[in-house]
Amino acid sequence: MIKLNINGKTHQVDVEPEMPLLWVLRDVLGMTGTKYGCGVAQCGACTVHVNGEAMRSCSVPVAAIEGKKITTIEGLSQNGLHKVQKAWIEHEVPQCGYCQSGMIMAAVNLLERKPNPTDADIDLAMTNICRCGTYVRIRAAIHAAAKA
Amino acid sequence: MDTVVTSASRRSFLKASAAIGGGLAIEFTLPANSLAQSRGVAAGQEVTAWILIYPDERVVVRIARSEMGQGSFTGLPMLVAEELQCDWKNVSAEYASTTEQMKRNRVWGSMSTGGSSSIRTSHEILRRAGATARTMLINAAAQQWNVAASECVAENGVITHAASRRSTTFGKVADAAARLDAPKDVKLKDPKDWKLLGTARKRFDIPDKVTGKQVYGIDVTLPGMLHASVMQSPVFGGKVRSVDSAAAEKIRGVKQIVRLENAVAVVADNWWRANQALKTVKVEWDEAGNSNVSSDSIMALLSAGLDDPAIPNAKKTGDAATALSGAARVMEAEYFTPYLNHATMEPQNCTAWVKGDKVEVWAPTQNAEGTVTEAAKALGVPEINVEFHKMHLGGGFGRRGVVQDFVKLAVLVARQVNTRLDVPVKLTWSREEDIKQGAYRPVSLYRMKAGLDAAGNITAWHSRIAAPSIMLSFQPDRVRNGIDTNALGGFIDMPYTVPNTQVDYSLKQPHVPVTFWRAVAHSQNPFARECFIDEMAHATNKDPVEFRRVILKAGDRNLLVMEAAARAAGWNSPLPAGVHRGIAVQDSYGSYAAAVIELSVSDAGEIDVKRVVVAVDSGYVVNPDSAKAQIESNVVYGLTAALLGEITIKNGRVEQSNFYDYQMLRINRIPKVESVLVPTGGTAWGGFGEPPLSPLAPALCNALFAATGKRIRSLPVKNHDLKQA
Ligand code: FES
Ligand code: FES
Repeated sequence: MIKLNINGKTHQVDVEPEMPLLWVLRDVLGMTGTKYGCGVAQCGACTVHVNGEAMRSCSVPVAAIEGKKITTIEGLSQNGLHKVQKAWIEHEVPQCGYCQSGMIMAAVNLLERKPNPTDADIDLAMTNICRCGTYVRIRAAIHAAAKA
Repeated sequence: MDTVVTSASRRSFLKASAAIGGGLAIEFTLPANSLAQSRGVAAGQEVTAWILIYPDERVVVRIARSEMGQGSFTGLPMLVAEELQCDWKNVSAEYASTTEQMKRNRVWGSMSTGGSSSIRTSHEILRRAGATARTMLINAAAQQWNVAASECVAENGVITHAASRRSTTFGKVADAAARLDAPKDVKLKDPKDWKLLGTARKRFDIPDKVTGKQVYGIDVTLPGMLHASVMQSPVFGGKVRSVDSAAAEKIRGVKQIVRLENAVAVVADNWWRANQALKTVKVEWDEAGNSNVSSDSIMALLSAGLDDPAIPNAKKTGDAATALSGAARVMEAEYFTPYLNHATMEPQNCTAWVKGDKVEVWAPTQNAEGTVTEAAKALGVPEINVEFHKMHLGGGFGRRGVVQDFVKLAVLVARQVNTRLDVPVKLTWSREEDIKQGAYRPVSLYRMKAGLDAAGNITAWHSRIAAPSIMLSFQPDRVRNGIDTNALGGFIDMPYTVPNTQVDYSLKQPHVPVTFWRAVAHSQNPFARECFIDEMAHATNKDPVEFRRVILKAGDRNLLVMEAAARAAGWNSPLPAGVHRGIAVQDSYGSYAAAVIELSVSDAGEIDVKRVVVAVDSGYVVNPDSAKAQIESNVVYGLTAALLGEITIKNGRVEQSNFYDYQMLRINRIPKVESVLVPTGGTAWGGFGEPPLSPLAPALCNALFAATGKRIRSLPVKNHDLKQA
């Protein structure tokens, strides 16, 4: 049994220690807000926070984060929308929306580290892929959220 | 859970929930009506097949097409609501059911979402549905009041009879209205009287997409569901010869190894285990004689097609050969575009549950009826036995339209599993499988020859194009005399007034499957055409805008958008040192698009695209914010392809496998995007999901020429060395 602290709740999961967190979330716990895009830490669709750090959950073995504080997109909006989510709605960022859980988790983490990010900060932190090409609005929404 | 994403009739809901045992997990697939009933809330009344009106004034518009990020789920209801004159605040959308579509003689028309067609091919039927329903609602109120319907008006969902100072609401009369006959003829508003259409409206699907609540096909979760990962023959067309799955069978959670004619799947209790186990399966393939095909051999095949003196002629005006031989100057160039994968962010997936001669299917699809047909065909059952739940798509771009391979595999895998275990099976492709088992944007090779007179006017243009045919794979009768005109868009309908033209086409079909990829031939032909025009402008020392202006007819909407883009970009104003620009124009799917791109190239050859201005005339614009989003989207998709995109073939199989070798632009390389909407109205409605893509690759390469003096004639740009000598 591996004990996981996800969005403030404790979950016991009986899985292989090397199983990536992404699949524990999606297929074992049924939390499908975190997405699979590549499985090899390339796209960021699976981004979650582990002890306040943005991580690509497809490449994090579940044993490595036992006891750490995990936040997923579902946990971000537990008590009303986060200011990043509000900015995303205001700027109509999502198109298909598939990458957006990961984008939002990456943006929240960026703002936690840098409350007023420059464009260069955004370029450095936001390395996720969006095939619909919502990048222009993502940049605008991050700047807006920083001011909110 | 309020994420209503698919539709079914009340009857099919009851059937579905009985089958599943009423589990909560299924609730996300319920239409509004079923949800209401399951909660003891009154049901909506169907006032025309497109519109449900509820006692609490909610208006639910049925959507036949698919939401894949382009905004149809909101744009289509806007067309209805404009004429219905309900309160926009009360409007939402749900997918029309394919089962009802079959039972009701295709009452919702086409359910296919491709060719930038959702709005342009259904605006009339939807506006008519809105006007019809409004008329029925007014008639119902008038009957109750015993007054003439002509004395009543409807506005914001309220019907008023001014003379008697009575009013009621849509919700109150919907029940009575639903019993009335639909009027035969309704009059549609003059566009100048529109209140909703043309105004920016918030998209319905966005809130759930920022909270992780949106359920995509890949997120379907059903009680007892198993997961499958699949490996198809790496050489297209190959077949399974033998399978050694001994190691896989021992892996924890693995339930079954499924062998199909062309694929092997592992089924397990979660997808990771299925996929880990699949990696241990050893398959011997019969490669169907294609294991020697390579990008080089395909290039040689295309080239041979162009060398062939018997190459079929697709279009001819005047006499290009004679004009060329008499030209003061002849220019020649060869251009090439590669295969491309769509790489939808959500990998291909489909969930299926075979129950005897019936099957229930969940999938993200651009073509709901095509999904039903594919599932029925694969299982050999009647289409009415397929109960389909359409899910929102994590990207489409053409991948989930005509080609329904993900559905076929899923139902075939489920059939084998369901002979032993009565549970649904979700088949999800790994990203590697998705990249290697695409249905690709075709390659194409162009040889063009243009004749110019002493004054630099074009007198002749001869284009020879070799490319696979998309139509050949699914509508072979559309290929006539060896010619698929679909592959020739932009050439056979070229807007330039060249007196002598000739377009020849050599159909060459390697074993690599091809399909529609965003903008289709208009994603590649404009690269050759518009760069060659740029070559001519430079060769004759003319400004590229001026050069085109001379050969575009007055009133041509290509001219209008070119000028709009040039004006917005400040074409004639000087640029900062080191910054250069290029332009291109192309019409497609009923719309006209022009792009101006500004960029700089460092001494080391690194490209910095700074600014992209795109002007589009789509006739009308329903939701301007969605239109702008589509321009931004096309800029990223188009520049990604032009700069980085290529699928190459070696030993009969795709060489790329994931985002590290099939690369994408990320935010650090995204330019400033300026959208210029110049709808000219009239009777023509153009599309928006694809047209803005067409001018991007040529505008980019024309700007690169301006910056470096190097003419890029093959894509992607990354294969060219732009280092300054
Ligand atoms: S799925 Fe984890 S980075 Fe792509
Ligand atoms: S919104 Fe579709 S991939 Fe980003």
